[in-house]
Amino acid sequence: MDSVFLYSAIFLALVMALSLYRAVFGPTILDRLIGVNAIGSKTTALLILIGLIYDRVDMFVDIALAYAMLNFIAVLAASRYFQKRKGLYDEARRETKRRDGVMRET
Amino acid sequence: MDIIVTILLICGLFFFTGGAVGIIRMPDFYSRLHPAGKLDTMGLLMSMIAMALYTLHDFSVDAMLTSLKIILIVVFVFITSPTATHAIVDAGVRASLEPWTKEGTTHYDLGA
Amino acid sequence: MTEQNQENHPQKSADSKKVPSRRSRFSTSFFVTFVIMFGIWLLLSGKFDLFHISLGVISCLMVAFLSADLLLPYPKIGKMPGLWLRFVRYIPWLLYQVFVANIHVMYLVFHPRMMELIDPRIMRFKSRLKSDMSLVTLANSITLTPGTITIYISVYGNVTFHVIDIESGKSLPFIMEARIAEVFDEI
Repeated sequence: MDSVFLYSAIFLALVMALSLYRAVFGPTILDRLIGVNAIGSKTTALLILIGLIYDRVDMFVDIALAYAMLNFIAVLAASRYFQKRKGLYDEARRETKRRDGVMRET
Repeated sequence: MDIIVTILLICGLFFFTGGAVGIIRMPDFYSRLHPAGKLDTMGLLMSMIAMALYTLHDFSVDAMLTSLKIILIVVFVFITSPTATHAIVDAGVRASLEPWTKEGTTHYDLGA
Repeated sequence: MTEQNQENHPQKSADSKKVPSRRSRFSTSFFVTFVIMFGIWLLLSGKFDLFHISLGVISCLMVAFLSADLLLPYPKIGKMPGLWLRFVRYIPWLLYQVFVANIHVMYLVFHPRMMELIDPRIMRFKSRLKSDMSLVTLANSITLTPGTITIYISVYGNVTFHVIDIESGKSLPFIMEARIAEVFDEI
């Protein structure tokens, strides 16, 4: 059973690397935020898997709970913060223009 | 018991993979939120139920408490995940990001 | 704590007839908040000796005093058990719907010609739900179901939501609204 948990943890880490693509190359800030949020919710599951591998679930469960809470508050704070920034608006304009250009070509 | 746990865990991982692939393939910010927020929540539910069942394997008060805590995480995520998604959508609407449609980008009155 | 508890009981029957005074409203929500907080404390600490339980009682009293009117602004003790029972019955139905919709979105995501299948658009409808709590539940349920995201919901019940294809937004929010009206007794 231990190996099942180990391999699923490795697989989960690979999936997190896949979401990291959006967090690094996302066209707008909010796309990056989506990527970070997805990684955070996967980390919650990964923490408990690590707890099961090392036989310390009772300790890792508390860490996972705190991490889920922190992830939620981080996303909330970041989205509220970038609402007030002008940069996001400009970036949105640019993105829309670029996409329209692509649409016309195809 | 082990078989049920393994099947649930693999289903959860499958949903997680779907979420990760979805946020790479979808065309715009609004449609990316669909796989990101929801498939992840479902994957978390499945894998957490699997782990709670595995913790209950050797039955004692401590194991019971631990699996209750894991269920508490699931309940917490089920309440907070829509809220976080909504916060991101709200930021996008206020920055007037326009949704992608098949006919090309059209102007919507979002009413916010 | 016990004084406030005894104080509550005669006012419980009067709750339904007239609007309770501010003080009694506060003590009711104080008591309910304290019970919820203490349950979570017992679950999270996992130690049942005198020292830890007294620490829990003190901190739960402080939290309940500071934030009772945030959690339950208008407590209606008489309606609460029925409401919670119906709400618990609503959850498995919601989970089943979420599961079905998840399978649909999974199919869309892994389909090789995804760009032709999806048809994102924005829909709106007017809900007949009244209270804040039921509107919040409706918005969260719509967002929790894959394929639909609530963009905006006003206090008068105007819902704007984004759908990924027409099928997922056609009927489900309306069924959901009817179920929530049943749960919150607003038919």
